[in-house]
Amino acid sequence: MKDKLKLLILSGKGGTGKTTVACAFIRLADSRAYADCDVDAPNLHLACRQTSDPMRKDFYGLKKAYINRDNCVGCNKCYEYCRFDAIYKQGEVYQVDPFSCEGCSVCEFICPARAISMIDSVSGEIMLYRSASVFSTACLKMGSGNSGKLVSAVKKQLYENMEKKSNIIIIDGSPGIGCPVIASISGVDMVLIVAEPSVSGINDMERIIETSRRFGVSIAVCVNKYDTNFKITKEIEDYCNKVNIPFIGKIPYDKRAIYATNQGMSIIDIDCPSGKAVKEVFENINRILDKI
Amino acid sequence: MIRLNIGQTIRKSMEKNIIAVLSGKGGTGKTMVSVNLACILPGAAYSDCDVEEPNGHLFFKPTQLSEKNVDILIPKIDREKCTGCTKCVDFCKFNALAYVGKVLVFEEICHYCGGCTIVCPEKAITETNYNIGKIVQGFFERTKVISGFLNVGAISGVPIIKEIHKQIKEERNTVIVDCPPGSSCAVMESIQASDYCILVSEPTIFGAHNLDMVYRLVKLLNKKCGVILNKCDGNYNPSEDYCLENDINIIARIPYDSELSDINGNGKIAVKESDLYRGVFQDIIKEIEKVLS
Repeated sequence: MKDKLKLLILSGKGGTGKTTVACAFIRLADSRAYADCDVDAPNLHLACRQTSDPMRKDFYGLKKAYINRDNCVGCNKCYEYCRFDAIYKQGEVYQVDPFSCEGCSVCEFICPARAISMIDSVSGEIMLYRSASVFSTACLKMGSGNSGKLVSAVKKQLYENMEKKSNIIIIDGSPGIGCPVIASISGVDMVLIVAEPSVSGINDMERIIETSRRFGVSIAVCVNKYDTNFKITKEIEDYCNKVNIPFIGKIPYDKRAIYATNQGMSIIDIDCPSGKAVKEVFENINRILDKI
Repeated sequence: MIRLNIGQTIRKSMEKNIIAVLSGKGGTGKTMVSVNLACILPGAAYSDCDVEEPNGHLFFKPTQLSEKNVDILIPKIDREKCTGCTKCVDFCKFNALAYVGKVLVFEEICHYCGGCTIVCPEKAITETNYNIGKIVQGFFERTKVISGFLNVGAISGVPIIKEIHKQIKEERNTVIVDCPPGSSCAVMESIQASDYCILVSEPTIFGAHNLDMVYRLVKLLNKKCGVILNKCDGNYNPSEDYCLENDINIIARIPYDSELSDINGNGKIAVKESDLYRGVFQDIIKEIEKVLS
C-alpha cells in the first residue's frame, strides 16, 4: 500500500451510516489523519470524541455586496441585474439580502454611483484538532452557500497539518451529489459507498456511483442494515457485479449501534454484530487499497 | 365569518399552507413523513426539493407525467470578436472562465451571474441555455406530485428549487415540501415560503446535533415549527431532551417499527397500508392544524 491513501466515505442518501462506518475505520486503522467534509451537518466530532479543544478559525467565503445608502441614487440597476434576487427595495432604500447574495460583484460593477462595495463575509467555522492524530472539520453558517469551498478548505487544512508519515486518511462525506460532495471527491484515491437496502437507498447509490465515476476514482460498496431488506440487498449486490464495482460487505441492523453512538463510542468498542461486520468490511477495503 | 363547526374552521385554515419537512441529518424520515402527510391530506400536493437525491416519486410512482427542463444561462464566447483581454476571466468570482490562448468556459461551476457578458468590452460574450435538471409533475390518485431532479455532475440545485417554488405558489391547496438534508442555501431556499416547518429527528446524538442546526435556521427565519421524534426505541432520546430544553413543540413520537421500515423500504406508503399509521398521520395533521388555525 502506498503511503497516505485517501479514503472517502459517501452514500448519496443520508442516514445510511457514513459517520458510524468512518469512525469505526478511523479506530481500526489507527488513522492519524481524518476529516469531516459534511460541513452542512457535521457529526464525526461526536463519534470520534476529542480530548482537547480545537483551533478555530472563521471561514470567509466570497465577499458579499453592501450598499452605501448615502451614495445610492436609487437608479434600480443593481436590482435589475442581480440574478439571485438578492437586492430588495424597502421604501426608497435598496438593500442586500446576504443569504441570497452569491458574491458575483455584478451589482458593484454596474452601480453608476459607486454605492456598492464587496465586504468580507464569514460563511462558516473551520476547526483543527491535534492530538496523537490530526482531525480537520468545519461547520457551515446557517443558510450559507460556499459549502464546496469550505469542504476544500477542510481537506487542505488536513493535508497541511498531518504528519508526513500518516497512514490511511479517512474522510467522512456528505449526502447528496452536489457541490460539497463533488468538492470532497476530488483528489481522493478511493470512495466507499455505504448503501441502504431500500428503494430510496439503491436509487441514491446509483446516482452517487455515477457522480464518483466521473472522477475516475476507485469505488467500493457495502450495505448497512442489510437484514432489513434481503431482496434489495441482493439487488444492490447484483448491480455492483453488473457495473464491476467491488461489493465488500454487509452490516446488520443493530440496536447496539445506536447505544454505542449515544455513549460516544464506536461500534467496534462494544461486542455487537455490526462491530464484527464492519471489521470484515475494513479488511476487504484494505485488500483493495493494497493494490492501489 | 359564521362558524358552522370547529372542523370547518380548521379546514378553512388548512386551505392553503406550505408545510416544509426538514431534518438537518439525512435519513431521519423526511420523505416518509412528507409522502404520508401529502397522501392523507385531501387535495394536498407533494413537492420534492431534495433535488440531489429525490425519492418521493419512488413511493408515489406518479402517472400523467409532464416534464419541464431547468436551464441556467452560461456564457458563449464569440471567438471572432474576442481579443483575449481577459477582463471576463478576471471578473469571474467563481473561476468558471480561464484563458489559455482562448477563453474556456467551465459550465459546471458557472453561477450564471451574467457578469462576463457585462464586462466584455467587445460584446463578444452572449448567453446560452445549459441544462442542469428537470421538474417532473404527475399524479398519484388525487395527490399532485412535483419532483425536482438535478443532473449528475451539476453543482447546485438551487435554480431547480426556485422553479419548484414558482409552481408551489400557483397551487391552490396545501403543499408539503420535502427538503434536502443539511442547513445550507438549498434548505434555506426550500423553506423560505413555508407557513410551518416540521423537523424530523432520530434518537441519536447525531440527530440531536443536526436538529439544533435546523432549529436555529427555522428560528432565524421566524417560522412556526414542531418536531417529529422518529424511530423512538424507548431508550435515551437526545433529540427529545433537546426539544424539552428548548421548549419546542413535539407533534409526534413515532416508535421504531420493523413493519414501517419494511413498508417504507419497499417504496410503499404507510397510510395506504396500515390503519395504525393512518391514525398516526391524522393525529399529526390535527397537531399542525391547532398551530395554524
